[in-house]
Amino acid sequence: MALAVGCRARPGKTRDNKTGSWRVFKPVFDHEKCSQCGTCKTICPEGCISESADEVFTPDYTYCKGCGLCAQECPGEAIEMKQEEK
Amino acid sequence: MVDKNLELFDCGHRACGGCGAALAARLVLKGAGANTIVVSATGCMEVFSTPYPETAWKVPWIHSLFENASAVASGVVASLKKQGRTEKVVVMGGDGATFDIGMLCISGAFERGHDLTYICYDNEAYMNTGIQRSGATPYDASTTTSPAGSCSFGNKRPKKDMPQILAAHGAPYVATASVAYPTDLMQKVEKAINTPGPCYVQVHAPCCTGWGFEGEQTIAIAKLAIETGLWVNYEMVDGKVVKVKKVVRKPVEEYLKTQKRFRHLFKPKRQDAEIAAIQAIADKNAEKYGIDIKLKKE
Amino acid sequence: MPELIEGSLAVAEAVRLCRPQVIAAYPITPQTHIVEALAEMVANCKLDADYITVESEFSALSACLGASAAGSRTYSATTSQGLALMFEVCFNVAGMRMPIVMTIANRALGAPLSIWNDQQDSISLRDSGWLQFYAEDNQEATDLHYIAYRVCEDPSVLLPAFVCFDGFILSHTYEPVEQLTQPDVDTYLPKFAPKERLDAADPISFGMFASPDYYHEFRYAHDKALKDSKAIIEKAGKEFAKLFGRDYSAMVEGYHLKDAETVLVAMGSICGTTKDAIDEMRADGKKVGLLKIRVFRPFPTEDLAKALSSAKRVAVLDKNISLGSKGAATLEVKDALYGSGIPVYGYILGLGGRDVRKKDIKEIVVLAEKGQGDQFYGLRKEVL
Repeated sequence: MALAVGCRARPGKTRDNKTGSWRVFKPVFDHEKCSQCGTCKTICPEGCISESADEVFTPDYTYCKGCGLCAQECPGEAIEMKQEEK
Repeated sequence: MVDKNLELFDCGHRACGGCGAALAARLVLKGAGANTIVVSATGCMEVFSTPYPETAWKVPWIHSLFENASAVASGVVASLKKQGRTEKVVVMGGDGATFDIGMLCISGAFERGHDLTYICYDNEAYMNTGIQRSGATPYDASTTTSPAGSCSFGNKRPKKDMPQILAAHGAPYVATASVAYPTDLMQKVEKAINTPGPCYVQVHAPCCTGWGFEGEQTIAIAKLAIETGLWVNYEMVDGKVVKVKKVVRKPVEEYLKTQKRFRHLFKPKRQDAEIAAIQAIADKNAEKYGIDIKLKKE
Repeated sequence: MPELIEGSLAVAEAVRLCRPQVIAAYPITPQTHIVEALAEMVANCKLDADYITVESEFSALSACLGASAAGSRTYSATTSQGLALMFEVCFNVAGMRMPIVMTIANRALGAPLSIWNDQQDSISLRDSGWLQFYAEDNQEATDLHYIAYRVCEDPSVLLPAFVCFDGFILSHTYEPVEQLTQPDVDTYLPKFAPKERLDAADPISFGMFASPDYYHEFRYAHDKALKDSKAIIEKAGKEFAKLFGRDYSAMVEGYHLKDAETVLVAMGSICGTTKDAIDEMRADGKKVGLLKIRVFRPFPTEDLAKALSSAKRVAVLDKNISLGSKGAATLEVKDALYGSGIPVYGYILGLGGRDVRKKDIKEIVVLAEKGQGDQFYGLRKEVL
C-alpha cells in the first residue's frame, strides 16, 4: 500500500487489529434468559454485538475485549463473564 | 430520522476495554448519522481511533491540533455553506481540549455563531497524556498533577461550568448527557445537530484507567454520578434550563468510594471534612437544578 | 494599463480575482489594509467568499485548514507576532498537505516589539514545509499570488505557500501595478477541485497519527514534494509569462551577473535598492552584480551555485539573523558554494525597519572586497 499523501486513510483497516486477543474474560450469552432488550448492543464500546433477524444477540469475539459491560448491564443477567481457556 | 442501527465507529480501535469515551463516540455518531463531518481534537478519542493507516471513523473526519478543533470546524462550516452542501459538522473534544487549551477557539466559534455541534466527552482529566488535572477535574480528585499526598487532598478547584459559559455566548441549545443513559444521549445529539447555530453537549464519560475502577463498572459509576448529584443531566434552550433529570439522591460517598482517584478520602483515614465539602457541591447542584425527587412522607 | 496603487490593495485585488471561497484572517500591522480591503469587497458583493472574523491568528490558519480540507480555496494574511502565533498550525497545515496561500507582510519579531520591516518572521518558519516566495516590488507581490495558488493546488504539490512582501516598504507604498482581469485569472487558475476532501460520500480520515514506523517516510515524502515543486514553479511561471508577459519561472534571477566580480545576494524589496546601487557602481567601473532569490523554499541550491560559479566573492544581504549563528540566506549560500573556493560574506542589515540606502550597499561591496564579512552592518555605535 502506497503512503497516503498527508497521513490520511479511508475506513476499514482497524478490522486488521483483532482486539479479541486482549481478552482475559469472555462474555457468554444465555439466549434463553435474553429478553431482547438490546441494552448489550447499545452499550458495547466496541459496537461488536450484533442482532440477528430473529433477535439473537451475539458478540463478535474477534473484537470483543472482554470488558464486561454487557454482563454488568444486562437487566436479565443473561450474560456471564467466564475466564477464557487460551 | 437518523438510522440508529448504523455502526459508524468501527471495531478494532485501541480504546481500553470498557472505555466511556469509545462508547460516547459510538453513541454520538448514532445520534448524528452518516451525513456528518467530525472534527476531532487531539486526545484519547483521536489517538485510539486513528493510528495510520487504521481509522475507526466511517464518516469524514479531520484532526488538526489539540486546541483548534473549533476553529478548524468554523472553516469547514464556512466551506460547506459556500459549496451549498448539507453535511452537519460535529466537533469532538475531551475536557482538556474543550475547557482549557481550546478555550480561545471554542469561545470564538460560539461567539461567531457557526452552525456546528460541539460534543465534549468529559472524562475529567487529560487522560491521553497520563491522567493530569484539567479544568473539569472535580474537587479533591487525585490526578498526577494534582495528586493526593500528605499535604494535599488532590484537586483544589471545582469543575469549570462550561455549559453555562457557552450558554452565555448565546448558544441556542446546550445539554449535559452521560454514557449511562444512551438513548437520552443520542436524542440530545440529534437535537443539537438539528438546532441551527452553535450547540454544545457535554457527555460524562467515566475513565476506568484514569479514575481507577474496572471497565465493567463504567455505566454503573456514570449512573452514581447522577444519582449523587455530582453530575446533573439537563438541557438549556436559549440559556434557560428547560429539562433536568431528577433523582432520589444518594450520599456522595457511594460514588466516591468506587474510584481510586478518591481513595485518599477514605484511606488511611476517613476525611469527613472533605467528604462534607463534596456533599455540599452535590447539594448546591441539587438546589440549583432542582434534581431532587420529593418523596411524600405518610 | 498599470495603475498607481498601494501594495496592500493590489494584493487584495489579486486575491479577489483568485476567487477564494473562505477567508479567515486576523488584523495585524502592516497587513491590515489587505484584510480590510477584502472585507469591504465581501460587504459590497464584489467577492463571493465567507469571511470569518476569527479571534486570533491561531484560529485564522486553523479555520483555513478546515475550509481547505472541505474543498474550498482559502486565504489568509499575517506577519510577525501573528505568524509566530500560527507556528504550530503552520507545521500542521503543511504536513496535512493543504494548499493554502498566505500573504506575509514581513515584519520584525518581538521582543523588542517592532512594527517595522525585516524578514525574520517568514524566515523563522523555513523549516515548516511551506513554499516561500519573496517579492521585489508590488507588481511581483501581486502576480506571485496567482503563481502560488497555481503551484500549490497542483496535484503533485499540494503544499501551502507564503507570498512575502516587505511590510510598509511594499505594503504601504504606491507603485504602478498592472492588474489582470477576471477572465485572465479564470483562464490561468482553474477551479479548486481536490481529489480528496471531507465528504460524506467518500469518508476519509485526515490528520491521523503516525508511529515511528511511518513518520520518517511521511517527512521524506513531504520534503520530496517541496523540492520537486521547482518543476511546477517553472511550468506555472512560463505559462504566466506566455499569457501575461511577466516571467516568474526562475527561482533565482541575475542582474548584471555575467562578468560580476562581487555578487550580492538578496531577497525582497532590498533588491530594488541594490539594483540602483549596482547601476551607479557599474557607471564607476565596478563589476558588481546581484543574484535575487525569488523562492527561498524550496531553496534553489543548484541554480544558485550555478549562477554564482564565476563570481570572485559573494556578499549576502540578510534582513534576518539566526541568533547565535548567521543570517539564513548566508548559511544557505555558504552551503551551496561549499567546495567552490568562492568566499561568501554575510551582512545582517535592515532589521526592525532600519533603512537600507544605496550607499549602504556600496559600503558592503567595499567590505566584501576587503574580505570583511559575517557581521551586523551599520551598527549605531553611539547607542550601544
